[in-house]
Amino acid sequence: MKHLLSAGDLSRDQTLAILDSATQMHDVQRREVKKLPALRGRTVVNLFFEDSTRTRSSFEIAGKWLSADVINVSAKGSSVSKGESLRDTVLTVASMGVDGLVIRHHASGAPAQVAQWVDAAVVNAGDGTHEHPTQALLDAYTMRQRLGDLDGARVAIVGDLTHSRVVRSNLLLLNTLGAKVTLVAPPTLMPSGIAEWSAAEGFATSYDLDEVIGEVDALMMLRVQRERMSGGYFPTPREYTVGYGLTRDRLRRLGPDAVICHPGPMNRGLEISAEAADEARSAILDQVSAGVAIRMSVLYHLLGGSGDE
Amino acid sequence: MTSEMYVVRGAKVLGGKAADLLIEGGVIREVGTIDAPKKARVVDADGLVALPGLVDLHTHLREPGREDAETVATGSAAAAAGGFTAVLAMANTNPVTDTAEAADHILDLGRRAGLVDVQPVGAVTKSLAGQELAELGLMARSRAQVRVFSDDGRCVHDARLMRRALEYVKAFDGVISQHSQDPRLADGQACCHEGEISGRLGLPGWPAVAEDVIVARDVMLARHTGSRVHVAHVSTAGSVEVIRWAKAQGIAVTAEVTPHHLMLTTDLVEGYDPTFKVNPPLRPDEHVEELRKALADGTIDAVATDHAPHARHDKEHAFAEAAFGMLGLEQALQVVNTVMVQPGLMSWEQAAQAMSVNPARIARLEGHGRPLAAGEPANLALVDPAASVTIDAADSQSLSRNNPWHGRTLTGAVHATFLRGRPTYLDGEVQQ
Repeated sequence: MKHLLSAGDLSRDQTLAILDSATQMHDVQRREVKKLPALRGRTVVNLFFEDSTRTRSSFEIAGKWLSADVINVSAKGSSVSKGESLRDTVLTVASMGVDGLVIRHHASGAPAQVAQWVDAAVVNAGDGTHEHPTQALLDAYTMRQRLGDLDGARVAIVGDLTHSRVVRSNLLLLNTLGAKVTLVAPPTLMPSGIAEWSAAEGFATSYDLDEVIGEVDALMMLRVQRERMSGGYFPTPREYTVGYGLTRDRLRRLGPDAVICHPGPMNRGLEISAEAADEARSAILDQVSAGVAIRMSVLYHLLGGSGDE
Repeated sequence: MTSEMYVVRGAKVLGGKAADLLIEGGVIREVGTIDAPKKARVVDADGLVALPGLVDLHTHLREPGREDAETVATGSAAAAAGGFTAVLAMANTNPVTDTAEAADHILDLGRRAGLVDVQPVGAVTKSLAGQELAELGLMARSRAQVRVFSDDGRCVHDARLMRRALEYVKAFDGVISQHSQDPRLADGQACCHEGEISGRLGLPGWPAVAEDVIVARDVMLARHTGSRVHVAHVSTAGSVEVIRWAKAQGIAVTAEVTPHHLMLTTDLVEGYDPTFKVNPPLRPDEHVEELRKALADGTIDAVATDHAPHARHDKEHAFAEAAFGMLGLEQALQVVNTVMVQPGLMSWEQAAQAMSVNPARIARLEGHGRPLAAGEPANLALVDPAASVTIDAADSQSLSRNNPWHGRTLTGAVHATFLRGRPTYLDGEVQQ
């Protein structure tokens, strides 16, 4: 494995290897001295074309705890408006002698394009409305902590699916791990071509959260972006909550051992009620905590020695 | 006019019977069995097909404004190498071709290059802004005698403005060539056919219906005004249905399809390679099949390249931010041969209609798209229909390299192109 561009790049064995190493990394994280020497002498650049404090700091801490030299480069704003091509921007950074490039980009596919231009290992830290593979890995890690093996686990992903990079990575990864996924959203927030896509990949879709909620082992609530609220995707936030929010009422119908996930940041009161976010079935803080361990594991597998260790 | 004399020996005229053509003084003197006069240069055309010189209704030559991507001279060279003798240069240059002076400037640049007739297309609206009509009448009265008007790259989406444009150009037998894209259904972000692939890739979708609704509206406006409307780069099965219906009603609609929409499909964007980013976008198979059928049955009148050169640095952005467009002039005939003529969907005679006769008629270009007969202007292309050619983007007359056929093997090769009796392309070389 040279790059991590898509959750679909990972075989089941590779996924399990990353998740297992993450467990060890997670233990390190709880130690007083957190530093491992694994990536000593290696250089990782976090090249962020879009702000994301939590993902960036999570990668930064992960690299530092593995003893890599980590540099953050912000390249916000479109390269088009700056008059420099993406290729030129990336080659400028890469030619400084970089081993790993962690890329966040507002446009889908940018990390995949970059991977064709550079020798460094490229990690997709979120690209447009395409993918966010390390988020899917940490989601799977968190769900496995609560549910054990995900083979056959029933997972519903609810919310703005059209514009979510989390859902695309989760679909691929959960599929690899054998989970049964149902996507839930109003028709306006379902991705294009969802009928063909779901038929090809064998996942289910529903417009009705109430039909699904009693039947799931894990419920992943996605953030509704503010700009969608006035974009005509649905009439009002109130109506959205009634149809698709994890309200107090719906919480009662969720199974007693089910897990509640949310990739954050949450809109409390919109897609998720405060009660749901804070109760025992919620694994939302576990997800954040797993984030560093997963990114350590990914960097370790891509940059540490042969990669097969 | 040249005083040189040529005898084209043994060419299959429109793919039919082999004949010799005597070319002198810019015209075809004789077609038949000819004893070559001593001073004549003989071009051996054994096994080659002779077609009237090709006419491209839709070319972007980038000059003035982006001479780093293409110039009228380099685009003309690409056209000559592709078998073209006339191209219509789209108005979206900088400055925009929205005045008589700008149109004449393009005409003059074309004459200076001297390889094809470069006929300017005038903008429909000032600065392509979609607000007020450009000086359509002055452009029509200019030396360039503009007859085709288009805001190509942008849709004239205001229905009232489109109606006025259609009405106004009737006075000088003009035509509006529409880039059919409802800007609300497919906005500036839309960069990939809306469907399963755009859904998976997370790319903003360009739904087929955004084209269909404008085509439907425009044919009704054409019926209402009794004017000519031309649908540029048809890319959807829905547009085809509407155009077929409109023609059956006797509405004066014509349509073109690009070589890339006849051959390439939306799955090519899966690697996010901006070479395959084009507007309208590449569509799935079911649309491509309908386009081929429509071209074969005459619902679509013409093949037009939408040749859109871009500098490398304008393509090497993230897919959603890269420039739209791909090259077309040098491969257009090869593509038509590969997907239409060789599989038996179209005869060479029909190909000549679609690539020369019809576009010349739509653009009111006299002297092009004429029969290959005695007394006619000697505008012709000689084509080897069986050559197998692997396309190399580096091997191009264009200044740009955004060639979507790079690495593919196509059937057919242009052997020679004559513009008014003078070879503009011969022996693998553009004849400057």
